[in-house]
Amino acid sequence: MSYFAFLAEHGPTLLLGTVTTIKVLVCSTILYVIISMIFGLMRLSKNPAIQGIATVYIEFFRGTSLLVQLFWVYYVLPFFGLSLEAFVAGVVALGMNFGAYGAEIVRAGILAVPKGQWEAAHALNFSPAKRIKRIIVPQIFPIILPPAANLTVELLKATALVALVTVVDLTFEAKQINSITWLSAQCFGTALLIYYIMARFALVPFLRWLEVVAARKVGR
Amino acid sequence: MEMGFRWDFAYEILPQMLWATLNTIIAAGVGYAIALVVGLFFLLGQRTPSKIVNVINRELVEFIRSTPLLIQLFFVYFVLPQFGIKLSAWLCGMITIGLHFGTYLSEVYRGALEGVSKTQWEACRALNFSTVYTYRRIVLPQAFPIAIPGMGNYLVGIFKDTPLLSTIGVAELFHAATAVGGYNYRYLEPYTMVGIIFLTLSIPAAMWVRNLEKKVNVAQGKVKQ
Repeated sequence: MSYFAFLAEHGPTLLLGTVTTIKVLVCSTILYVIISMIFGLMRLSKNPAIQGIATVYIEFFRGTSLLVQLFWVYYVLPFFGLSLEAFVAGVVALGMNFGAYGAEIVRAGILAVPKGQWEAAHALNFSPAKRIKRIIVPQIFPIILPPAANLTVELLKATALVALVTVVDLTFEAKQINSITWLSAQCFGTALLIYYIMARFALVPFLRWLEVVAARKVGR
Repeated sequence: MEMGFRWDFAYEILPQMLWATLNTIIAAGVGYAIALVVGLFFLLGQRTPSKIVNVINRELVEFIRSTPLLIQLFFVYFVLPQFGIKLSAWLCGMITIGLHFGTYLSEVYRGALEGVSKTQWEACRALNFSTVYTYRRIVLPQAFPIAIPGMGNYLVGIFKDTPLLSTIGVAELFHAATAVGGYNYRYLEPYTMVGIIFLTLSIPAAMWVRNLEKKVNVAQGKVKQ
């Protein structure tokens, strides 16, 4: 069977899987951004209890393997009466794992804003909310976006793991086609190419564009 | 089915899990050793004067870095036999991990070499040292400490990615946990134990790497002691 015949027959299935992969990526990106903001701020809290909780969370999720966390959420949580759908379990595990890495980025980003900026905003009698919103946050974005972009590309690669808890994504479809046709080079090769195209020609340019926009906002 | 954590069951499967942990550590160690060497080759490809080699090297590194390790594993494991190359699951896993993380390590090496000041090269040129001598006695001793934290981070990274090997049937810790869980219809204890074993190994390792990083920064004069 020629490669084009393979594409004509199995291409649509792979594309359907790709759509699921994109859905997983978008949902888990939203979740990990929220989690990393919360825990990044908690890490900077002066209250030792809050800071301790954040530290334990981050060390726990960075210290164990993503696959183990994923299987734990999907296969072990039902023991405690909490059954999640495969898609939800995948998104939750990815979001919580990457949130731990993201929290460290957020923390470093906040610390990187010079102290003088806080003091100047204070001296100008800005309210605390305005200080954060107008002075600090716009300066944080250009600092945290480059490492966050790397993390998001890693997240795209990590979404492949949700196939192992039966989410029907690109990897799952590729495996499925492989077990039917045994055309391993074609189906896994195509899957690799699709991941590569998504990362190199869609996700990375988009994130670079975000970086440029954020830098322009603070006049760089 | 009995709910809650069953300690007796956990105790019963502990020896099996610990043996499998040994396999995980071996897999991580061998994969890391291969990755260290592969990284050197990618570094060489990057630094050769030939433009074509540079471009091919860069695109290859980019491709390997932006595709999932899981599918790379499947690719190597399922495709090589079609070309008559029959390798064991272990060997496939080690080769794939070595290739995947070799691309990351080549970046670490590159960063370290670029971290050595240009004036060092100029001084060696002025003293008429040969290139080999410059690398061996001047550049590498300064570059190595810069590379240590990055190298350590990827050792921990490889360790945490070894569970992926279970998908092609390498009998490491996660594979053992799945097997035990399937045999006894209980996944709570095996998977929880895998998590705990990973934590007890990777947190001290990560702390050790962070400590090394601090020492390197002090030695480089970046922070005051």
